[in-house]
Amino acid sequence: MPDSKYLVIGNSAAAVGAVEAIRAIDPEGSLTILSRESEPVYSRPLISYLLGGKVEPAALAYRPAGFYRAMGVEAKLGVSATAIDPAARTVAAYDGQAYGYDRLLIATGGRPIVPPLEGSELAGVFSFTTLADARAIETFITEQGVGSAVVIGGGLIGLKSVEALAARGLKVSVVELAERVLSITLDQAASALAAEALAESGVELITGNTVERIHGRAGVVSGVTLADGRRLDCGLVILAIGVAPDTSLAETAGIATDRGILVDSTMATSAPGIYAAGDVAQASEIISGQKRSIPIWPLAVAQGRVAGAAMAGGDARYPGGLAMNSVEIGGLAFISAGLTTVPEDDGLVQLSRLEPETKTYRKVMLQDGKLVGYVLVGAVERAGILTGLIQSGIQVAELGETLLSDELGLIHLDPDYRARLLAGKGAVA
Amino acid sequence: MKIIQAIAQYCMNCRLCEINCMVAHSSSRDIITAFRAERERLTSRVTVEQSGPRTFPVQCRFCQDAPCAVACMTGAITQDPATGWVAHDPDKCVGCWMCVMVCPNGAMARDVGGHVTSKCDLCAALDQPACVAGCPNGALVLAERDEVENA
Repeated sequence: MPDSKYLVIGNSAAAVGAVEAIRAIDPEGSLTILSRESEPVYSRPLISYLLGGKVEPAALAYRPAGFYRAMGVEAKLGVSATAIDPAARTVAAYDGQAYGYDRLLIATGGRPIVPPLEGSELAGVFSFTTLADARAIETFITEQGVGSAVVIGGGLIGLKSVEALAARGLKVSVVELAERVLSITLDQAASALAAEALAESGVELITGNTVERIHGRAGVVSGVTLADGRRLDCGLVILAIGVAPDTSLAETAGIATDRGILVDSTMATSAPGIYAAGDVAQASEIISGQKRSIPIWPLAVAQGRVAGAAMAGGDARYPGGLAMNSVEIGGLAFISAGLTTVPEDDGLVQLSRLEPETKTYRKVMLQDGKLVGYVLVGAVERAGILTGLIQSGIQVAELGETLLSDELGLIHLDPDYRARLLAGKGAVA
Repeated sequence: MKIIQAIAQYCMNCRLCEINCMVAHSSSRDIITAFRAERERLTSRVTVEQSGPRTFPVQCRFCQDAPCAVACMTGAITQDPATGWVAHDPDKCVGCWMCVMVCPNGAMARDVGGHVTSKCDLCAALDQPACVAGCPNGALVLAERDEVENA
């Protein structure tokens, strides 16, 4: 039986964060990765850049060649884990082996949600979350000579695929059930700017509507019918309605889950010696104080690092996550974090400035004198200062409109907080 | 490691540090040529902040557990665990602005022309950082983190 001191299921942001953190404490302990994907670690968000022809395949490498060797990792790529036995401390894998462990990290990420939709089995219907997806879509477009696509879902993954397909010269329609795109990450004003940017890129945006069925000819996609009866012809459909934490291994093993795998501030799960990090985990969130699943790259790396340190006997603590996103649509930059849309009667103070002629928009949300969220469009340079202010939880009410200024700087902030930042100690004390 | 520290009471808001930074990171390293031929790509990695009469420059603080290196989704930004050095590889950068989103110091500049992030590299190839060398009033020094009571 191949035993390891450390076993990691998964091979993306959280896994790498954990491996590096383990090695910072324990350079020697045996470490094995089981990954259902067969590629070395790659930047998942870059798959849209690859499909759009903006980067070469080699650019997707998140870590240099030789990473696993340098880190002393036995990387079992293309070997899926099939079951965890917490009592025996083993993980069964698709290669028929049972991998023993002393400490286990579940970093299985998310799985795209595939709705029960007539026609979703047709050739030319894809999800868009893995490198394999990107390659399959590229091959399909080339082989079939696809000229038009329908993207179901106007969230981040949907719009990233829209951008990639448009860059390849396809005519793209995006169908979003909500009344606006990026409804989770942006507010109404910013979504309107996003819709404008999409229109200027030649993308057809259909909101408040959904695809009822996908049509095919000879087993290949030929079009879709919308809820209002409209028919769109297309040679490709991307399903991008969402991603759910891939908790199946944990659930079968009796590990406590909610939406994701529930973890404490060391990323420990309910099972002894088993940790979870990244998109599969549900860890504390700083504004609500609740455990939330927030599937973004920076938090996956941060959680992986905490988990790795804890697995190796270190004392790192997860300070709590914050939802945040950065995306460009038609060359226009959007960055948002924390609360972006909350009823005003909730004790929230909202300050905003919209300048339609320059396509810039800034909004901050305050609660009890603390910054709890922001949206920036166009002028995004000061985003990080605002993120730090949310994370620090310090009082900022007296800054008022300065929070919306492009000139906002450390010079305006509380002297103790500023001194900490200038010393390189970060936003969180 | 040594980082660049600002002594606020010496800063005169002349912003020569910004100019010297842009020139030092231009291809020509010549102020006239840089302004004539490379204007679109000139991005200062140091920003002089102002609040009333008070001013001081801010650039990368080479943070412990640098949030930019955590957030970077391409692997363009990496931190050496031994030295704390935060490196940015523009060839691997795609301008996703995740680092801009998380830098609590606002020290990740956007090189919009090149669509990449631009950050202080302490002018590693030079004898001393261009902003430090060119500050006419000694408001910028290269010093160990805790040596200067700054700002």
